[in-house]
Amino acid sequence: MSTIEHAGDLPDWAALAVSFFLVIGAGLTLIGTIGFVRLPTFYERIHAPTLGTSWGTGGIVMASMIFFTVLSTRPVVHEILIGIFVTVTTPVTLMLLARATLHRDRAEGNPGVPAEEPVEAGNREGAATRAD
Amino acid sequence: MLPYPLLSASLLLMWLALNGFTLGHLILGSIVAVFASWGMASLRPVKPRMPKWYLLPKLVAIVLYDIVRSNIAVASILVAGRGRRFRSGFITVPLDLQNPTALAVLAVVVTSTPGTAWLEYNSLSRTVLIHVLDLVDEAEWQTLIKGRYEALLMEIFE
Repeated sequence: MSTIEHAGDLPDWAALAVSFFLVIGAGLTLIGTIGFVRLPTFYERIHAPTLGTSWGTGGIVMASMIFFTVLSTRPVVHEILIGIFVTVTTPVTLMLLARATLHRDRAEGNPGVPAEEPVEAGNREGAATRAD
Repeated sequence: MLPYPLLSASLLLMWLALNGFTLGHLILGSIVAVFASWGMASLRPVKPRMPKWYLLPKLVAIVLYDIVRSNIAVASILVAGRGRRFRSGFITVPLDLQNPTALAVLAVVVTSTPGTAWLEYNSLSRTVLIHVLDLVDEAEWQTLIKGRYEALLMEIFE
């Protein structure tokens, strides 16, 4: 449990690689967060945090994998799971928020939003395939 | 006993990767994996079929490369700030893909690539509404999604 205390034992090449990925990941996440504050419309804002959920997470995960693999001299790869789960769950939240906003904009008749295409009730493919 | 052997095996593997390989965790992980697959079975999901699963690494490689590229593109837009003008907008892309699993994968790909967000899929007209941060040419984005991802996904799943 005292791997952090041995960070000084890290060889130079590994320290360089870890810092590189850590700075890339943290930097992208920071840029995404700043964009999240600065972009003017909701639909533009939903793009900014995806920097943090793609290579922001990816960079930090890579740094962690290299750091702990080199220090404990065995492959440490379970961080990949973090990357997979973040990637797979982001669209769920994003779609939920974006569709709620779309629905609200359409209901209020706000300009600049594409009109809803007709959906026949009871004839949706998802409902039909799950009914069997 | 095991309705989803692959799911149970992956869950057990994940449990052992996270908790360390000991006999106790092997037993506990197996119990969790079996009960989770029963839970999954009671949801009665459509069983995904992937006849050409060996093409998946190609898709993953293409997507990882595109994510790196669009990370750079979106980061440079955000850093340039108000100095550089960009136009964001909605595009509608007609899809030939119908397999629910393949559509879910496409949604994950489009959304996890910065700069594009999958908003809603209309199963009646078979179109998807996508919001693009830096929309230069609508046709260019349509050919990108259809040619680069959809064609490969159709090959994998159908």
